[in-house]
Amino acid sequence: MSVPSESVAAVLIAMAQALAILVGVLLLAAVMTVVERRLLALWQDRLGPNRVGPAGSLQLVADMIKVLFKEDWIPPFADRALFVLAPVIAMASLLLSFLIIPWTPTWGVADWHIGLLFFFAMAGINVYAVLLGGWSSGNKYALLGAMRATAQTLSYEVFMGLSLMGVVALAGSFNLRDIVAAQQGLWFIVPQFLGFCTFLIAGVAVTHRHPFDQPEAEQELADGYHIEYSGMKFGMFYVGEYLGMVLVSALIVTLFFGGWRGPWLPPFVWFALKTAALLVLFVLLRAALPRPRFDRMMSFGWRVCLPLTLINLLLTGVAILWLSPAGP
Amino acid sequence: MSQAIPSKVASREDRADDPVVVALRQRLGRRAIREQATLTGMPVVWVSREVLREALALLRDMPEPFEMLFDLSAVDERLRARREGLPEADFTVFYHLLSVSRNRDVMLKVALAETDLALPSVVSLYPNADWYEREVWDMFGIVFRGHPHLTRLLMPPTWQGHPLRKDYPARATEFDPYTLTVEGQQQEQRALQFDPEAWGMQRESEDTDFMFLNLGPNHPSAHGAFRIVLQLDGEVIVDCVPDIGYHHRGAEKMAERQSWHSYIPYTDRVDYTGGVVNNLPYVLAAERLAGITVPERVKVIRVMLTELFRVNSHLLYLGTYLQDLGAMTPVFYTFTDRQKAYEVIEAITGFRMHPSWFRIGGVAQDLPRGWDRLMRDFLAWMPPRLREYERAMMDNAIVRQRTRHIAAHTTQEALAWGVTGPNLRATGLDFDLRKWRPYSGYEQFDFEVPVGANGDIYDRGWLRIEEMRQSLRIIGQCVDHMPAGDYKADHPLTTPPPRERMLEHIETLITHFLQVSWGPVLEANESLAMVEATKGINGYYLTSDGSTMSYRTRIRAPSFPHLQQIPAVIRGAMVSDLIAHLGSLDFVMADVDR
Repeated sequence: MSVPSESVAAVLIAMAQALAILVGVLLLAAVMTVVERRLLALWQDRLGPNRVGPAGSLQLVADMIKVLFKEDWIPPFADRALFVLAPVIAMASLLLSFLIIPWTPTWGVADWHIGLLFFFAMAGINVYAVLLGGWSSGNKYALLGAMRATAQTLSYEVFMGLSLMGVVALAGSFNLRDIVAAQQGLWFIVPQFLGFCTFLIAGVAVTHRHPFDQPEAEQELADGYHIEYSGMKFGMFYVGEYLGMVLVSALIVTLFFGGWRGPWLPPFVWFALKTAALLVLFVLLRAALPRPRFDRMMSFGWRVCLPLTLINLLLTGVAILWLSPAGP
Repeated sequence: MSQAIPSKVASREDRADDPVVVALRQRLGRRAIREQATLTGMPVVWVSREVLREALALLRDMPEPFEMLFDLSAVDERLRARREGLPEADFTVFYHLLSVSRNRDVMLKVALAETDLALPSVVSLYPNADWYEREVWDMFGIVFRGHPHLTRLLMPPTWQGHPLRKDYPARATEFDPYTLTVEGQQQEQRALQFDPEAWGMQRESEDTDFMFLNLGPNHPSAHGAFRIVLQLDGEVIVDCVPDIGYHHRGAEKMAERQSWHSYIPYTDRVDYTGGVVNNLPYVLAAERLAGITVPERVKVIRVMLTELFRVNSHLLYLGTYLQDLGAMTPVFYTFTDRQKAYEVIEAITGFRMHPSWFRIGGVAQDLPRGWDRLMRDFLAWMPPRLREYERAMMDNAIVRQRTRHIAAHTTQEALAWGVTGPNLRATGLDFDLRKWRPYSGYEQFDFEVPVGANGDIYDRGWLRIEEMRQSLRIIGQCVDHMPAGDYKADHPLTTPPPRERMLEHIETLITHFLQVSWGPVLEANESLAMVEATKGINGYYLTSDGSTMSYRTRIRAPSFPHLQQIPAVIRGAMVSDLIAHLGSLDFVMADVDR
């Protein structure tokens, strides 16, 4: 069976692209661990890690060496299979979500018309990582953390989906390239401002970033669901958190800030700049805010965010019907 | 001015005409009570064991009552040589009551014979007697009949012996070398396991199985080696049991084999964030025994450093309090401020956390040249920072939501549990010893006592910011009006004696040598000094047997009752509220366990 040489080349190019994106995303998440510490230090009147290599540039290498060579310890009271599986899910589900991100007009791994739904599915699976990790550790703090994570993710995923339906309605598609295309002229942050606000909140909540870091809440649960993890298994949870940050930032850029669109500069530079700005916002949130109480946060999700997304969806629907050529 | 150091003659009175003593005599009959003359500045009344509860109930329920059981502990009297005029006793248990409405104290003492070491428990009268009685049982082996849970408090449950008894050795060299076998370790660990039934707790209710969560002794928010076992229904705290003693170092026992002078460094380490604030009640009590009146300059220097350490301690409090609420940044800012404070402290005392800088009869050295410039820099630095903390944090909606009306207690509850200091003032009562019973010259300073309204976590937080402002005011007045004069009293018992005078004469040289090597000999008597420390009222109750060492040193630390009160205010709240409450109490475990 012969295969046309052009398609072989196309497949190879696609594979190379996918690999480059995978490595790039992982690298970015890893670098973010250090960038966050330096940024926090900047806002906290201190220096942060600045001893390894020139100006602390090799800190990441030192961290990697340390985490890779740590004893890979599984507590005797843990459920071994689930304990090992949990960090894998944490990282894999987030990495898979990057499939759908269109980085530039030509770069991207998959161009599916279910795009956004795939992200919701992966975010849904991601909660199992925390749930299983907390449950299998056989530790009460981990269990409390897992309980919080499950309750939080369930309530925040409800309106996370709804918050994006306005965007989907405006673009008329779940495909992220179509959504970017639909933002020609006007970014969706303007017509979908409520959607943006609620999705940002939900995004922070789903990635368990401060102030929604209830499942780990160091002061209360002493690291919560990953309290028993060490070595590279902990590393996967840890990098997973930053992957989540990058993913949510990239999604917000794609959905609300016109993706790669922008004047003068090349598309990828625009995409990177916008994503970086959002990543910095994530860090700033952590530096600036105290943590609300767990039950208040849940009621905030149900009582404030969910109605807001519903109103947003309703208004968007009305506007679309009103403005459509075949309108009433 | 009830607490100005009384002259020797006046203080020797037995205060038999004190209205409280008169009331006790009327109720209990002349034979049941006996007054003792001391330097404690309050009536000390011996009552018999049979009428103890009646006497306490009378004092608690009289008009203008004694609301607070301030302290309760014991003395092993068996080796005390100088007890002329005191009732026969092998052990004495004393009850120090405090009345806010009268601004007076009274102490009841009960004599016990070695053969019958038992007393009725007074937990039903004063709820905070619970831990105090357990401590006395732990340390002296005195039984309190009717106590709900008379077990060891500070020592491990497996401990043998009662450490504060005089026949219990204080030095490690008097024991066999310590060994721990594997079985021994397992046994110790089993003994520390929590048994809900022993505390009358259910393991399950009709519709739920409770989780028993061990918070501490190693937990990021436990502020030291503190353990609290929670009975949880989901995240709601049904009940909890605080467990202390992990930081116990026997500070009171140590006092019985250190000279009066060489014990000062131990006091720094009791409330280790308070530095010289701890020295103050100790040297004040010792000066009363010695009959020393210190020069004005000494008083002002002491006030200045005490207030500087108060600011320093409150800054640590503020940073960790906000950190416990989940805000990670403020602690770095307050530590920057603390470094500025330490620069001044270092320049003046030569040390940072534990200067041990006050002396019996003065302070260690005179102020260095240029100290006022450093202090003025600090005074200029702080106010904008305090405003920033208020704006950025105390006005923050999340902080308010986390802290308003959470873990609140009323003034009555606070008094009944022995709560003092800012935690008491947060309920709206302005009970501050610096105003109510000025010591060390506080009556000459112009400052206010901030009070809260709700007694909740929020009030306890902002009150400390306001207290820092008042402390800065006091420091400013010290800088502006520092009196000239000596930094040590001209008194034969001042320790160590001024060095300049030591080189004048063979007599002064001998005195110096004896005081530094043996230490001063203080007259046989009892004295007590209370100060408004960083965390509440800190009291040192010294018993001298006319020797170079203390016969008994009782340290009444404010953090101890604050921790005891936790279950009373936290039941029904959530785990996050408990963490916020712990952060708002301002305790250090060294101050609890001593």
